[in-house]
Amino acid sequence: MDEGVLMTVENLNAGYGDFRALYDISMRFPKGLIVSIIGSNGAGKTTLLNAIMGVNKPVSGKVTFEGEDITGVRTSSIVAKGVTMSPEGSHVFEDMSVHENLLMGAYLTRSKEKLGRMLERSYELFPALKEKSGQLADFLSGGQRQMLAIARALMSDPKLLICDELSLGLAPVVVNDIYNRILDVNGDGVTVILVEQEVQRSLSFSDYSYVLVKGRVVMEGVANELSEKEVKDAYFGINKYA
Amino acid sequence: MELFVQSVISGVLLGGLYAAIGVGLSLVFGIMGLTNIAHGSLMILASFFVMILSQGIMGSVIPALLATLVIMAIIGAVMQGALINRVLDKGAEPALLVTFGFAIIIQNVLQLIFGADYKSIKNPLASVNVIDTKWAIVSGEYLVNFLVSVAVLLALHFLIRRTKLGRSIRAAASNVIAAELMGVNTKRTYIYAMCIALITGSVGGMLVGRTFGFYSYSGMSYLIIAFGVVVIGGMGSILGTLLGGVILGVSQLLGAYFFGPGVQVLVGYLTLLVILTLRPRGLLSNMTRK
Repeated sequence: MDEGVLMTVENLNAGYGDFRALYDISMRFPKGLIVSIIGSNGAGKTTLLNAIMGVNKPVSGKVTFEGEDITGVRTSSIVAKGVTMSPEGSHVFEDMSVHENLLMGAYLTRSKEKLGRMLERSYELFPALKEKSGQLADFLSGGQRQMLAIARALMSDPKLLICDELSLGLAPVVVNDIYNRILDVNGDGVTVILVEQEVQRSLSFSDYSYVLVKGRVVMEGVANELSEKEVKDAYFGINKYA
Repeated sequence: MELFVQSVISGVLLGGLYAAIGVGLSLVFGIMGLTNIAHGSLMILASFFVMILSQGIMGSVIPALLATLVIMAIIGAVMQGALINRVLDKGAEPALLVTFGFAIIIQNVLQLIFGADYKSIKNPLASVNVIDTKWAIVSGEYLVNFLVSVAVLLALHFLIRRTKLGRSIRAAASNVIAAELMGVNTKRTYIYAMCIALITGSVGGMLVGRTFGFYSYSGMSYLIIAFGVVVIGGMGSILGTLLGGVILGVSQLLGAYFFGPGVQVLVGYLTLLVILTLRPRGLLSNMTRK
């Protein structure tokens, strides 16, 4: 195992039935970094995350976490190993209070003391949630839902946080605020994978980036060395990427 | 007038029992979207267990019931874990057919062993009236049925609303993917839910067995009562189940009061039809599946 690499995806092929969505994807997620995966609708981002989180079994290839093969392992078991995800569209439990949502995030935590500490950290990270703590999640705004989804994911005290489309449908100010919180979380030592459609923000908030087009990695590199124009060309399949 | 008051009181008491019969069906539907056709038959299976155990080694009803609850929880775990969980991902019908098959097997095995005669569980309270006035007579038996049923519903409400297990059950009910992302093994949660549903159903089976008697095929008529209760009250709501039970019980007995005992079941289901027309999702439905 490569020291310093938390998760790897090796030659992953995945799809649904006869439909092939991912071709030979290989990625490395080093400890302590923020890695972004950039791609438009239908690029295969969700399929990739589903394969990583054990929602769908890949056709071939493997996913490792801390050197251990976790391909096709049940989602709840992957979470128990220290991987957590804030899913696209937040998926908060709408019929539960904000507080109960956070408690669900710490479902696998047995220590009461740790639970209290994690709760405190969540409310510190997102003070807006503290004010709404007793309210049903159904009554939260889009931005607050996204905050709750992240806070809930962090309640498990993960080693790796995967954020799927954080910015979807949110105002730019709110998105920036949330992204800054992600930087704080990363500062505390949590490795982060950002999955995004938006090129510019993804590049500026991450250390390393992969660009996914039609199920293939077409470009990768240290985020601030990738040119935004090149990434956009690849993203839209124009100029030399046509 | 006295008979009218009596009908309402008896209807409410009967309704409590109906709620205990229906709540397990409601729970399973609310959590995994499965209509458990075997719910009634499993309930009657529990009646048989209580009957045998209370006559035999256990000697009385309470220890026999406790043993039955353990047996039924194991049956529920095996049925859910070994059969239903395997087909649940393949759409609604396969799981429905599994429970249908289960119902048929239980009925036939019971008939093979016990024949088609009516049985009952010994009941020392049968002829004791706790309230006996000009306005109303309340038999100890009906009162016990009601109180035990309400206790079951309250215990279930507490379990679902106030415990960690209950929270994981609600999470799995409202969003399977999110629940798995929290580390909840939803398939295992379904097993717990089925065990809990069968435990509530078994208490219902014991009460029914003491009050009305039963035979190998009684399960289907109780399944229909359970359906009525759950449809009126709204799938997945415990309070709604109690309300549904009481409405069905009262409307049946008032039907008997106004039109004669022959049409009481008909009136009960006409009420169901009216409520279904006005509120297609039931009166209180809070655990909505997405």
